[in-house]
Amino acid sequence: MSRAAPLPSHDTTTTTSVTPPSREGRIGAAQPSRKDQATTAQPSHEDTTLTTPPSREDQLARYQQMLLIRRFEERAARAYTEAEVGGYCHLNLGEEATVVGLMAALEPTDYLFTNYREHGYALCRGISPGRIMAELYGRRDGVSGGWGGSMHLFDAQSRLLGGYGIVGGQLPLATGAALAVDYRSGSEVVMCLMGEGTTNIGAFHESLNIAALWGLPVVYVVINNGTGMGTTVEQSSAEPEIFRRAASYRMASARVDGTDPVAVEHAAAEAVAVARTGRPYLLEATSERLRGHSVVDPAAYRSPETVAAVRAADPVALLAAALLADGVDEETLAAIDTQVLADVAEAVAFAEASEHPDPSTLFDHTYATPVPNDSRRLPGDALYPAAPRPAGRTPGTTSSGAPATPARPAGLGASTVTQHTGAHA
Amino acid sequence: MSMMTYRQAVHDTLQAEMRRDPDVLLLGEEIGVFEGSYKITAGLLAEFGEKRVRDTPIAEEGFTGAAVGAAMLGLRPVVEIMTINFSLLALDQIINHAAKIYGMFGGQTSVPLVIRTPGGGGQQLGATHSQNIELFYAFVPGMKVVAPSTPADAKALLLAAIRDDDPVLFLENLALYNTRGEVPDDDTPAEIGRAAVTREGTDITLIGYSRMATVALAVAEDLARTDGIDVEVVDLRSLRPLDRETIVASVRKTGCAVVVEDDWLTYGIGAEIAATISDGAFDDLDAPVRRVAMAEVPLPYAKPLETAALPSAHDVARAVRETLDAVGWSAPALPTPETRS
Repeated sequence: MSRAAPLPSHDTTTTTSVTPPSREGRIGAAQPSRKDQATTAQPSHEDTTLTTPPSREDQLARYQQMLLIRRFEERAARAYTEAEVGGYCHLNLGEEATVVGLMAALEPTDYLFTNYREHGYALCRGISPGRIMAELYGRRDGVSGGWGGSMHLFDAQSRLLGGYGIVGGQLPLATGAALAVDYRSGSEVVMCLMGEGTTNIGAFHESLNIAALWGLPVVYVVINNGTGMGTTVEQSSAEPEIFRRAASYRMASARVDGTDPVAVEHAAAEAVAVARTGRPYLLEATSERLRGHSVVDPAAYRSPETVAAVRAADPVALLAAALLADGVDEETLAAIDTQVLADVAEAVAFAEASEHPDPSTLFDHTYATPVPNDSRRLPGDALYPAAPRPAGRTPGTTSSGAPATPARPAGLGASTVTQHTGAHA
Repeated sequence: MSMMTYRQAVHDTLQAEMRRDPDVLLLGEEIGVFEGSYKITAGLLAEFGEKRVRDTPIAEEGFTGAAVGAAMLGLRPVVEIMTINFSLLALDQIINHAAKIYGMFGGQTSVPLVIRTPGGGGQQLGATHSQNIELFYAFVPGMKVVAPSTPADAKALLLAAIRDDDPVLFLENLALYNTRGEVPDDDTPAEIGRAAVTREGTDITLIGYSRMATVALAVAEDLARTDGIDVEVVDLRSLRPLDRETIVASVRKTGCAVVVEDDWLTYGIGAEIAATISDGAFDDLDAPVRRVAMAEVPLPYAKPLETAALPSAHDVARAVRETLDAVGWSAPALPTPETRS
């Protein structure tokens, strides 16, 4: 396609109702520095009990979404080991409750930036599993047309503004998207996801500082699974309680149990509501990474005790157990699984049937505004076709065989020069 | 036409574009209250307010990346990075993000961003504040890099950069800010990706950009007067895309070339120009392509050392004469009183 139109700015009037969440801890903007922040209502610890339990219907819907992520990721891992998926492949296994809870708090018009572990977020934004799997397969019908791969899912329509492979790269971008919303007096919120290891990079601090200074509508969400690849949060972060880092920017923040989708949804809804009033927010969700850092990582550095603890925190299993305890029968859960597996199988079939991008499209996306002299040379191409060597040419003569003297005939050579129109003409 | 400085041309163009398009906003360190380290943004805060002229924290990665994100949503931010040296702190956002977002996501969103930044040595600013590292950006597909040498080109190329939907690095130069020239009054953008022949000649081609394009032109005029050498001068204006055709066409005509550049020689912009000439004008070349570039040292503070390291008009003239000597060029006979009619 040619130059894409800028993403439209939609004005929404939707307000988000906030139910106080349960959570492990929170801090607020302890010392608001600006008058307009002095009225910030910080939730207190008394708010931390749910007033109403989630309905069974809602819980089953959450279970369906979480299981879709689980089965999609398991299938993606298989496709990777079958070499259908290339590059890197990072999975949301173990983070399903966090993903589902966070995405439930966003309006369709809100913007989302993620890191490279983002298949589940794309699913929850309503992008068809087939288009996501097709991107993993590098096919034309992939969300990014086969240009991005697993780490770089993008869908303008659902306002997923990219998975990003460089740790921390998405933070300044999300901050800038929030600047654009603020500039146009929009009511959208930008949510920006990252892992806890990202909070040690300069872009984290620069972005939070700017967002707080300028009052930007952005929610930074840290998925704290306790490890970078193998380095623990205690080894890498001098303040391992990540949500406390917001205090440096007088920014409201909270920590929530990321294995509980209801708690995450409520915490995220509150964060989004704060951001919608023009104040950034830092939300930390604690969860476990069920497997290694990426598909190829066997996580051999984990002790048996850690492996057991990770399994015990499996949010899909926890929710299934809770549903069964609540009286849902096993057949209902099995039927959900059957449907989800069918959806994933259909996604794989879609990806397999989608065509590979044609090499003739290689230069389609270098520039949005066409410019002269844009290189479209393939690796083996000569810049200029080799001219046949003139017969009898000897060093010290020109190609015309004439002596190399200054008495050149005027106009020798192509005169395709562009005349300068500036002061020196 | 109006006579004005390069600084004034950049300032006036920013002002005009902000008046024309409400989506144009400026971000940078000290560009508002302080009016910019080099006063390019003087008076703009007063006219357009804090919303459109944003003083940023000292956080090149943060505010450059924020401009990229804002551009993704359709704003047209113009970022000032105080000098190109400090752009190194924003490399990830420029190279890994601004230059990648259009292609990496299959053309779904563009990044209409301009990064204005001056390069250049000669101000005794020492090693970290005197570099010419535009090559880093010109190396990267997805980026556009323009390097105007005159006030007229500063205007025309800045108009083009702001109206372009891709990230454009707009290279200014400390030594050019006070130079003067005629600037057209109309708002016709230049075409990014086109070089210009700023002086036609037949004996040898001088190729440069930014400050060195003006040095090349001055040397050409001097050599015509003192030595009778008819130098053709090519001002690259655009480093990516690179207008190879204009370079090659000129050298096919003259048979000799000297590339002049303020950056370092090894792997520098001139190396790409020399390779282009080798590919496109091999059979017309009468001498190896000569390059005049900065000495390969961290630029020292002390004036005699700094002066020795930077390419000068004298160095360029010497390279031209030596190249022509090597091919046996001799000046046309001056007209004598007897031959005058």
